[in-house]
Amino acid sequence: MKIMVDIKKRLWSGRRVFRLEVAFASDKDFVVLFGPSGVGKSLTLQTIAGLTTPDEGRIVVGERTLFDSSRKIRVPARHRNVGYVFQDYALFPHLTVAQNVSFGLKQGWPWYLPRGERLRLDEALEIFELTPLKYSLPRDLSGGQRQRVALARALIRRPSLLLLDEPFSSLDALLRVKMRQELLKLKERFTIPVILITHDPQDVAALAETVVVYEHGRVSKIISPPKHDYPVRERPSLSSWAANLCA
Amino acid sequence: MWTGIVNFAVDLTPLWLTLKVAGVATLVTFIVGVSLAFLVARSRFWGREGLDALCTLPLVLPPTVLGYYLIVLIGRNGWLGRWLQETWGISLIFTWQGAVLAAAVVSLPLIFKSAPAAFEEVNLELENAARTLGLSETAVFFRVSLPLAWRGILAGGMLAFARAMGEFGATLMVAGNLPGKTQTLSLAVYDAVQAGNDARATVLVIIISTVCLTILVVSGKAFKAGYM
Repeated sequence: MKIMVDIKKRLWSGRRVFRLEVAFASDKDFVVLFGPSGVGKSLTLQTIAGLTTPDEGRIVVGERTLFDSSRKIRVPARHRNVGYVFQDYALFPHLTVAQNVSFGLKQGWPWYLPRGERLRLDEALEIFELTPLKYSLPRDLSGGQRQRVALARALIRRPSLLLLDEPFSSLDALLRVKMRQELLKLKERFTIPVILITHDPQDVAALAETVVVYEHGRVSKIISPPKHDYPVRERPSLSSWAANLCA
Repeated sequence: MWTGIVNFAVDLTPLWLTLKVAGVATLVTFIVGVSLAFLVARSRFWGREGLDALCTLPLVLPPTVLGYYLIVLIGRNGWLGRWLQETWGISLIFTWQGAVLAAAVVSLPLIFKSAPAAFEEVNLELENAARTLGLSETAVFFRVSLPLAWRGILAGGMLAFARAMGEFGATLMVAGNLPGKTQTLSLAVYDAVQAGNDARATVLVIIISTVCLTILVVSGKAFKAGYM
Protein backbone atom coordinates (compact mmCIF):
# COMPACT_ATOMS: atom_id res chain seq x y z
CA MET A 1 0.00 0.00 0.00
CA LYS A 2 1.14 3.51 -0.71
CA ILE A 3 2.08 5.49 2.37
CA MET A 4 3.11 9.11 2.09
CA VAL A 5 4.17 11.26 5.02
CA ASP A 6 5.41 14.81 4.64
CA ILE A 7 5.03 16.79 7.86
CA LYS A 8 6.49 19.57 9.95
CA LYS A 9 5.94 19.98 13.65
CA ARG A 10 7.55 22.07 16.34
CA LEU A 11 7.41 21.01 19.97
CA TRP A 12 8.48 23.13 22.88
CA SER A 13 9.80 21.69 26.11
CA GLY A 14 10.53 24.67 28.28
CA ARG A 15 12.59 27.05 26.17
CA ARG A 16 14.03 24.39 23.92
CA VAL A 17 12.31 23.59 20.69
CA PHE A 18 12.31 20.29 18.89
CA ARG A 19 11.74 20.46 15.15
CA LEU A 20 10.36 17.49 13.32
CA GLU A 21 10.60 17.78 9.56
CA VAL A 22 10.19 14.44 7.88
CA ALA A 23 9.12 13.27 4.48
CA PHE A 24 9.05 9.72 3.20
CA ALA A 25 6.94 7.65 0.89
CA SER A 26 6.79 3.92 0.39
CA ASP A 27 4.66 1.48 -1.55
CA LYS A 28 6.11 -1.44 0.39
CA ASP A 29 4.14 -3.20 3.10
CA PHE A 30 6.75 -3.16 5.83
CA VAL A 31 8.25 0.22 6.64
CA VAL A 32 10.71 0.49 9.51
CA LEU A 33 11.50 3.85 11.12
CA PHE A 34 15.01 3.44 12.44
CA GLY A 35 17.09 5.69 14.68
CA PRO A 36 18.12 6.41 18.26
CA SER A 37 15.68 7.61 20.94
CA GLY A 38 14.42 11.18 20.85
CA VAL A 39 14.64 11.82 17.11
CA GLY A 40 10.91 12.00 16.48
CA LYS A 41 10.00 8.46 15.43
CA SER A 42 7.17 8.09 17.93
CA LEU A 43 5.96 11.59 17.16
CA THR A 44 5.68 10.62 13.50
CA LEU A 45 3.64 7.57 14.43
CA GLN A 46 1.35 9.70 16.57
CA THR A 47 0.69 12.10 13.71
CA ILE A 48 -0.18 9.18 11.42
CA ALA A 49 -2.60 7.84 14.04
CA GLY A 50 -4.10 11.30 14.53
CA LEU A 51 -3.09 11.62 18.19
CA THR A 52 -0.91 14.65 17.45
CA THR A 53 -1.58 17.28 14.82
CA PRO A 54 1.36 18.39 12.66
CA ASP A 55 1.82 22.12 12.10
CA GLU A 56 1.70 21.57 8.37
CA GLY A 57 2.03 18.87 5.77
CA ARG A 58 0.26 15.86 4.37
CA ILE A 59 -0.34 12.26 5.38
CA VAL A 60 -1.78 9.82 2.86
CA VAL A 61 -2.43 6.13 3.50
CA GLY A 62 -3.56 4.14 0.47
CA GLU A 63 -6.14 6.25 -1.35
CA ARG A 64 -7.09 8.12 1.78
CA THR A 65 -5.76 11.53 2.80
CA LEU A 66 -5.70 11.53 6.61
CA PHE A 67 -4.17 14.95 7.01
CA ASP A 68 -3.58 17.84 4.64
CA SER A 69 -2.97 21.28 6.10
CA SER A 70 -3.36 23.04 2.74
CA ARG A 71 -6.80 21.49 2.16
CA LYS A 72 -7.76 21.68 5.84
CA ILE A 73 -8.27 17.94 6.10
CA ARG A 74 -7.81 16.42 9.53
CA VAL A 75 -9.46 13.06 10.04
CA PRO A 76 -9.95 12.48 13.80
CA ALA A 77 -8.06 9.53 15.30
CA ARG A 78 -11.20 7.49 15.83
CA HIS A 79 -12.08 7.57 12.13
CA ARG A 80 -8.61 6.78 10.77
CA ASN A 81 -8.95 3.02 11.17
CA VAL A 82 -5.29 2.72 12.08
CA GLY A 83 -4.17 0.06 14.54
CA TYR A 84 -1.65 1.31 17.10
CA VAL A 85 0.42 -0.85 19.44
CA PHE A 86 2.03 1.38 22.05
CA GLN A 87 5.51 0.83 23.39
CA ASP A 88 4.27 -0.21 26.82
CA TYR A 89 1.14 -1.68 25.17
CA ALA A 90 -1.27 0.69 27.01
CA LEU A 91 -3.60 -2.12 28.03
CA PHE A 92 -6.60 -1.00 30.06
CA PRO A 93 -5.69 -2.09 33.60
CA HIS A 94 -9.31 -2.23 34.76
CA LEU A 95 -10.43 -4.61 32.02
CA THR A 96 -9.88 -8.33 31.45
CA VAL A 97 -8.05 -9.69 28.40
CA ALA A 98 -11.35 -10.36 26.63
CA GLN A 99 -12.64 -6.86 27.43
CA ASN A 100 -9.36 -5.32 26.26
CA VAL A 101 -9.39 -7.22 22.99
CA SER A 102 -13.05 -6.43 22.29
CA PHE A 103 -12.69 -2.79 23.38
CA GLY A 104 -12.85 -1.38 19.85
CA LEU A 105 -15.78 -3.56 18.74
CA LYS A 106 -19.34 -2.37 18.76
CA GLN A 107 -20.49 -2.53 22.38
CA GLY A 108 -23.83 -3.26 23.88
CA TRP A 109 -24.41 -2.18 27.43
CA PRO A 110 -23.00 -3.10 29.90
CA TRP A 111 -20.23 -5.38 28.67
CA TYR A 112 -22.58 -7.10 26.35
CA LEU A 113 -21.21 -7.88 22.90
CA PRO A 114 -23.62 -8.40 20.03
CA ARG A 115 -23.44 -11.98 18.69
CA GLY A 116 -21.40 -11.23 15.56
CA GLU A 117 -18.87 -9.29 17.57
CA ARG A 118 -18.59 -12.08 20.12
CA LEU A 119 -17.63 -14.49 17.34
CA ARG A 120 -14.93 -12.07 16.20
CA LEU A 121 -13.65 -11.83 19.77
CA ASP A 122 -13.48 -15.63 20.14
CA GLU A 123 -11.68 -15.89 16.80
CA ALA A 124 -9.13 -13.23 17.79
CA LEU A 125 -8.53 -14.82 21.21
CA GLU A 126 -7.95 -18.13 19.41
CA ILE A 127 -5.51 -16.66 16.86
CA PHE A 128 -3.46 -14.94 19.54
CA GLU A 129 -3.61 -17.92 21.91
CA LEU A 130 -5.32 -15.87 24.57
CA THR A 131 -8.42 -18.00 25.13
CA PRO A 132 -7.18 -19.51 28.42
CA LEU A 133 -6.32 -16.01 29.66
CA LYS A 134 -9.53 -14.27 28.66
CA TYR A 135 -10.58 -13.49 32.24
CA SER A 136 -7.11 -12.39 33.42
CA LEU A 137 -6.22 -8.78 34.14
CA PRO A 138 -3.21 -7.20 32.34
CA ARG A 139 -1.20 -6.99 35.58
CA ASP A 140 -1.19 -10.80 35.76
CA LEU A 141 0.25 -11.28 32.25
CA SER A 142 3.84 -11.71 31.09
CA GLY A 143 5.43 -9.26 28.63
CA GLY A 144 4.84 -11.53 25.65
CA GLN A 145 1.21 -12.11 26.63
CA ARG A 146 0.62 -8.38 27.02
CA GLN A 147 1.99 -7.81 23.57
CA ARG A 148 -0.35 -10.41 22.10
CA VAL A 149 -3.29 -8.70 23.80
CA ALA A 150 -2.21 -5.32 22.39
CA LEU A 151 -1.85 -6.79 18.89
CA ALA A 152 -5.18 -8.58 19.10
CA ARG A 153 -6.90 -5.42 20.34
CA ALA A 154 -5.51 -3.40 17.42
CA LEU A 155 -6.07 -6.02 14.70
CA ILE A 156 -9.57 -7.14 15.67
CA ARG A 157 -10.95 -3.99 14.04
CA ARG A 158 -9.30 -4.93 10.74
CA PRO A 159 -7.41 -1.64 10.45
CA SER A 160 -5.99 -0.53 7.13
CA LEU A 161 -2.56 0.11 8.66
CA LEU A 162 -0.75 -1.20 11.73
CA LEU A 163 1.62 1.03 13.70
CA LEU A 164 4.05 -0.57 16.13
CA ASP A 165 6.09 1.55 18.55
CA GLU A 166 9.20 -0.41 19.61
CA PRO A 167 7.20 -3.61 19.96
CA PHE A 168 10.10 -5.81 21.01
CA SER A 169 12.01 -3.51 23.35
CA SER A 170 10.63 -5.02 26.55
CA LEU A 171 10.99 -8.65 25.45
CA ASP A 172 13.99 -10.87 26.08
CA ALA A 173 16.22 -11.81 23.13
CA LEU A 174 14.76 -15.28 22.64
CA LEU A 175 11.17 -14.06 22.62
CA ARG A 176 12.17 -11.25 20.26
CA VAL A 177 13.24 -13.68 17.54
CA LYS A 178 10.00 -15.61 17.91
CA MET A 179 7.80 -12.50 17.91
CA ARG A 180 9.44 -11.21 14.70
CA GLN A 181 8.37 -14.40 12.95
CA GLU A 182 4.91 -14.15 14.51
CA LEU A 183 4.60 -10.58 13.32
CA LEU A 184 5.47 -11.51 9.73
CA LYS A 185 2.90 -14.32 9.84
CA LEU A 186 0.30 -11.89 11.18
CA LYS A 187 1.08 -9.40 8.44
CA GLU A 188 0.37 -12.13 5.85
CA ARG A 189 -2.70 -13.39 7.63
CA PHE A 190 -4.30 -9.96 7.97
CA THR A 191 -2.75 -8.64 4.72
CA ILE A 192 -2.02 -5.38 6.46
CA PRO A 193 0.82 -2.93 5.88
CA VAL A 194 2.96 -2.20 8.93
CA ILE A 195 5.01 0.75 10.08
CA LEU A 196 7.36 -0.22 12.89
CA ILE A 197 9.67 1.86 15.05
CA THR A 198 12.91 0.40 16.31
CA HIS A 199 16.46 1.19 17.31
CA ASP A 200 17.51 -2.42 16.95
CA PRO A 201 19.33 -3.24 13.66
CA GLN A 202 18.20 -6.85 14.09
CA ASP A 203 14.61 -5.77 13.57
CA VAL A 204 15.61 -3.89 10.45
CA ALA A 205 17.47 -6.88 9.05
CA ALA A 206 14.66 -9.31 9.74
CA LEU A 207 11.62 -7.26 8.82
CA ALA A 208 12.15 -4.12 6.76
CA GLU A 209 11.09 -3.69 3.16
CA THR A 210 11.76 0.02 3.40
CA VAL A 211 13.98 1.58 6.06
CA VAL A 212 13.55 5.23 6.97
CA VAL A 213 16.58 6.37 8.95
CA TYR A 214 15.97 9.21 11.42
CA GLU A 215 18.47 11.74 12.67
CA HIS A 216 17.61 14.77 14.84
CA GLY A 217 14.03 15.13 13.69
CA ARG A 218 14.87 14.58 10.04
CA VAL A 219 15.04 11.68 7.64
CA SER A 220 18.68 11.14 6.76
CA LYS A 221 18.16 8.31 4.27
CA ILE A 222 15.57 5.96 2.89
CA ILE A 223 16.78 2.51 1.93
CA SER A 224 15.19 -0.49 0.34
CA PRO A 225 17.13 -3.59 1.39
CA PRO A 226 18.55 -5.83 -1.32
CA LYS A 227 16.03 -8.24 -2.76
CA HIS A 228 16.26 -11.68 -1.24
CA ASP A 229 14.57 -14.84 -2.34
CA TYR A 230 15.05 -17.00 0.71
CA PRO A 231 12.34 -17.12 3.36
CA VAL A 232 12.57 -14.66 6.17
CA ARG A 233 13.50 -17.09 8.90
CA GLU A 234 16.65 -17.98 6.99
CA ARG A 235 17.80 -14.43 6.59
CA PRO A 236 21.14 -13.82 8.28
CA SER A 237 20.75 -12.64 11.85
CA LEU A 238 22.18 -9.24 11.02
CA SER A 239 22.79 -8.41 7.38
CA SER A 240 25.83 -6.33 6.63
CA TRP A 241 23.72 -3.59 5.06
CA ALA A 242 21.65 -3.31 8.22
CA ALA A 243 24.78 -3.18 10.34
CA ASN A 244 25.97 -0.29 8.21
CA LEU A 245 22.95 1.72 9.31
CA CYS A 246 24.44 2.11 12.76
CA ALA A 247 27.73 3.41 11.42
CA MET B 1 -33.11 2.15 77.00
CA TRP B 2 -30.67 4.13 74.84
CA THR B 3 -33.24 4.48 72.04
CA GLY B 4 -35.69 5.63 74.65
CA ILE B 5 -33.36 8.43 75.64
CA VAL B 6 -32.73 9.36 72.01
CA ASN B 7 -36.42 9.48 71.20
CA PHE B 8 -37.10 11.34 74.35
CA ALA B 9 -34.27 13.80 73.96
CA VAL B 10 -34.35 14.52 70.26
CA ASP B 11 -36.58 14.56 67.32
CA LEU B 12 -34.54 13.01 64.49
CA THR B 13 -36.08 15.12 61.71
CA PRO B 14 -32.90 17.25 61.40
CA LEU B 15 -30.86 14.09 60.70
CA TRP B 16 -33.10 12.91 57.84
CA LEU B 17 -33.26 16.43 56.46
CA THR B 18 -29.47 16.75 56.64
CA LEU B 19 -28.97 13.45 54.84
CA LYS B 20 -31.46 14.50 52.16
CA VAL B 21 -29.89 17.93 51.67
CA ALA B 22 -26.30 16.64 51.72
CA GLY B 23 -27.18 13.72 49.43
CA VAL B 24 -28.83 15.84 46.75
CA ALA B 25 -26.16 18.53 47.09
CA THR B 26 -23.37 15.95 46.65
CA LEU B 27 -25.10 14.55 43.55
CA VAL B 28 -25.23 18.04 42.04
CA THR B 29 -21.63 18.89 43.00
CA PHE B 30 -20.47 15.51 41.81
CA ILE B 31 -21.76 15.98 38.27
CA VAL B 32 -20.83 19.67 38.03
CA GLY B 33 -17.48 19.30 39.82
CA VAL B 34 -16.28 16.24 37.89
CA SER B 35 -17.19 17.77 34.51
CA LEU B 36 -15.48 21.06 35.38
CA ALA B 37 -12.44 19.28 36.78
CA PHE B 38 -12.10 17.15 33.66
CA LEU B 39 -12.41 20.25 31.50
CA VAL B 40 -9.72 22.08 33.45
CA ALA B 41 -7.43 19.03 33.67
CA ARG B 42 -7.59 18.00 30.01
CA SER B 43 -8.18 21.05 27.84
CA ARG B 44 -6.59 24.42 27.32
CA PHE B 45 -8.91 27.36 26.76
CA TRP B 46 -9.11 31.04 27.49
CA GLY B 47 -10.22 31.74 31.08
CA ARG B 48 -9.16 28.32 32.33
CA GLU B 49 -7.21 29.74 35.28
CA GLY B 50 -10.15 32.00 36.10
CA LEU B 51 -12.56 29.09 36.14
CA ASP B 52 -10.13 27.15 38.29
CA ALA B 53 -9.93 29.99 40.82
CA LEU B 54 -13.69 30.57 40.79
CA CYS B 55 -14.43 26.92 41.60
CA THR B 56 -11.88 26.92 44.42
CA LEU B 57 -13.14 30.18 45.93
CA PRO B 58 -15.84 28.62 48.18
CA LEU B 59 -13.03 26.82 50.00
CA VAL B 60 -11.56 30.07 51.29
CA LEU B 61 -14.48 32.51 51.37
CA PRO B 62 -16.46 32.73 54.62
CA PRO B 63 -19.75 30.80 54.25
CA THR B 64 -21.67 33.97 55.12
CA VAL B 65 -20.15 35.70 52.12
CA LEU B 66 -21.21 32.80 49.92
CA GLY B 67 -24.65 33.00 51.48
CA TYR B 68 -24.79 36.67 50.62
CA TYR B 69 -23.81 35.98 47.01
CA LEU B 70 -26.48 33.31 46.79
CA ILE B 71 -29.13 35.67 48.14
CA VAL B 72 -28.08 38.25 45.58
CA LEU B 73 -28.36 35.53 42.92
CA ILE B 74 -31.53 33.66 43.87
CA GLY B 75 -33.24 36.08 46.27
CA ARG B 76 -36.61 37.63 45.37
CA ASN B 77 -34.78 40.46 43.63
CA GLY B 78 -31.83 38.45 42.39
CA TRP B 79 -31.64 38.06 38.63
CA LEU B 80 -31.90 34.27 38.71
CA GLY B 81 -34.41 34.32 41.59
CA ARG B 82 -36.72 36.72 39.77
CA TRP B 83 -36.53 34.68 36.58
CA LEU B 84 -37.36 31.48 38.48
CA GLN B 85 -40.24 33.21 40.24
CA GLU B 86 -41.70 34.71 37.09
CA THR B 87 -41.33 31.73 34.74
CA TRP B 88 -41.77 28.75 37.03
CA GLY B 89 -43.22 30.25 40.19
CA ILE B 90 -40.36 28.80 42.21
CA SER B 91 -38.59 30.47 45.09
CA LEU B 92 -35.51 28.79 46.55
CA ILE B 93 -35.13 31.11 49.54
CA PHE B 94 -36.16 29.45 52.86
CA THR B 95 -36.69 26.02 51.27
CA TRP B 96 -34.72 22.78 51.57
CA GLN B 97 -33.83 23.16 47.89
CA GLY B 98 -32.17 26.45 48.83
CA ALA B 99 -30.21 24.58 51.50
CA VAL B 100 -29.15 22.09 48.81
CA LEU B 101 -27.84 24.93 46.67
CA ALA B 102 -25.88 26.41 49.57
CA ALA B 103 -24.39 23.04 50.52
CA ALA B 104 -23.56 22.29 46.87
CA VAL B 105 -21.67 25.54 46.37
CA VAL B 106 -19.73 25.12 49.61
CA SER B 107 -18.74 21.51 48.87
CA LEU B 108 -17.90 22.04 45.19
CA PRO B 109 -14.17 22.75 45.72
CA LEU B 110 -13.66 19.44 47.52
CA ILE B 111 -14.63 17.50 44.40
CA PHE B 112 -13.21 20.03 42.01
CA LYS B 113 -9.80 19.91 43.70
CA SER B 114 -9.59 16.14 44.20
CA ALA B 115 -10.89 15.01 40.80
CA PRO B 116 -8.00 16.45 38.70
CA ALA B 117 -5.49 14.55 40.83
CA ALA B 118 -7.50 11.41 40.12
CA PHE B 119 -7.59 12.17 36.39
CA GLU B 120 -3.88 12.91 36.32
CA GLU B 121 -3.29 9.38 37.61
CA VAL B 122 -4.84 8.09 34.39
CA ASN B 123 -2.15 7.51 31.78
CA LEU B 124 -2.85 9.72 28.76
CA GLU B 125 -1.65 6.88 26.57
CA LEU B 126 -4.65 4.81 27.64
CA GLU B 127 -6.98 7.56 26.44
CA ASN B 128 -5.04 7.73 23.18
CA ALA B 129 -5.26 3.96 22.80
CA ALA B 130 -9.03 4.24 23.15
CA ARG B 131 -9.12 6.96 20.48
CA THR B 132 -7.24 4.80 17.98
CA LEU B 133 -9.76 2.05 18.77
CA GLY B 134 -12.54 4.25 17.42
CA LEU B 135 -13.97 5.83 20.57
CA SER B 136 -15.44 9.33 20.65
CA GLU B 137 -14.26 11.77 23.32
CA THR B 138 -17.39 11.13 25.40
CA ALA B 139 -16.87 7.37 25.17
CA VAL B 140 -13.21 7.78 26.15
CA PHE B 141 -14.33 9.66 29.26
CA PHE B 142 -16.93 7.13 30.33
CA ARG B 143 -15.06 3.95 29.37
CA VAL B 144 -11.46 4.86 30.28
CA SER B 145 -10.92 8.06 32.26
CA LEU B 146 -13.84 7.77 34.68
CA PRO B 147 -13.48 4.03 35.49
CA LEU B 148 -9.77 4.53 36.17
CA ALA B 149 -10.21 7.68 38.23
CA TRP B 150 -13.39 6.76 40.09
CA ARG B 151 -11.74 5.78 43.38
CA GLY B 152 -10.12 9.17 43.74
CA ILE B 153 -13.27 10.92 42.60
CA LEU B 154 -15.39 8.90 45.00
CA ALA B 155 -13.08 9.84 47.88
CA GLY B 156 -13.56 13.50 46.90
CA GLY B 157 -17.32 12.91 46.70
CA MET B 158 -17.40 11.54 50.24
CA LEU B 159 -15.45 14.52 51.53
CA ALA B 160 -17.93 16.78 49.75
CA PHE B 161 -20.79 14.87 51.39
CA ALA B 162 -19.21 15.30 54.81
CA ARG B 163 -18.70 19.00 54.17
CA ALA B 164 -22.29 19.39 52.95
CA MET B 165 -23.55 17.70 56.12
CA GLY B 166 -21.71 20.18 58.29
CA GLU B 167 -22.69 23.25 56.29
CA PHE B 168 -23.95 26.07 58.53
CA GLY B 169 -23.36 29.67 57.49
CA ALA B 170 -24.51 29.77 53.88
CA THR B 171 -27.44 27.46 54.67
CA LEU B 172 -28.58 29.71 57.51
CA MET B 173 -28.56 32.76 55.27
CA VAL B 174 -30.21 31.18 52.24
CA ALA B 175 -32.59 28.67 53.79
CA GLY B 176 -33.04 30.05 57.28
CA ASN B 177 -33.52 27.94 60.39
CA LEU B 178 -37.05 26.62 60.17
CA PRO B 179 -37.49 23.51 62.38
CA GLY B 180 -38.76 20.57 60.36
CA LYS B 181 -38.32 22.43 57.09
CA THR B 182 -34.80 23.76 56.72
CA GLN B 183 -33.27 23.06 60.11
CA THR B 184 -30.35 20.73 59.44
CA LEU B 185 -28.27 19.00 62.12
CA SER B 186 -25.70 21.77 62.49
CA LEU B 187 -28.43 24.39 62.81
CA ALA B 188 -30.30 22.20 65.29
CA VAL B 189 -27.16 21.92 67.43
CA TYR B 190 -26.84 25.68 67.46
CA ASP B 191 -30.52 26.04 68.38
CA ALA B 192 -30.29 23.46 71.15
CA VAL B 193 -27.28 25.13 72.73
CA GLN B 194 -28.91 28.56 72.50
CA ALA B 195 -32.01 27.15 74.18
CA GLY B 196 -29.91 25.52 76.92
CA ASN B 197 -31.08 22.04 75.88
CA ASP B 198 -27.74 20.28 76.50
CA ALA B 199 -29.07 16.71 76.25
CA ARG B 200 -30.42 17.35 72.77
CA ALA B 201 -27.22 19.12 71.69
CA THR B 202 -25.07 16.23 72.97
CA VAL B 203 -27.03 13.59 71.07
CA LEU B 204 -27.01 15.64 67.86
CA VAL B 205 -23.27 16.26 68.18
CA ILE B 206 -22.59 12.56 68.70
CA ILE B 207 -24.69 11.67 65.65
CA ILE B 208 -23.01 14.13 63.31
CA SER B 209 -19.51 13.27 64.58
CA THR B 210 -20.09 9.55 64.06
CA VAL B 211 -21.41 9.99 60.52
CA CYS B 212 -18.56 12.32 59.50
CA LEU B 213 -15.88 10.09 61.08
CA THR B 214 -17.25 7.05 59.26
CA ILE B 215 -17.19 8.93 55.95
CA LEU B 216 -13.59 10.04 56.44
CA VAL B 217 -12.40 6.53 57.30
CA VAL B 218 -14.22 4.98 54.33
CA SER B 219 -13.02 7.64 51.87
CA GLY B 220 -9.45 7.22 53.13
CA LYS B 221 -9.67 3.50 52.37
CA ALA B 222 -11.17 4.10 48.92
CA PHE B 223 -8.39 6.51 48.06
CA LYS B 224 -5.62 4.06 48.91
CA ALA B 225 -6.78 1.08 46.86
CA GLY B 226 -5.84 1.08 43.18
CA TYR B 227 -5.23 -1.09 40.15
CA MET B 228 -1.50 -0.93 39.75
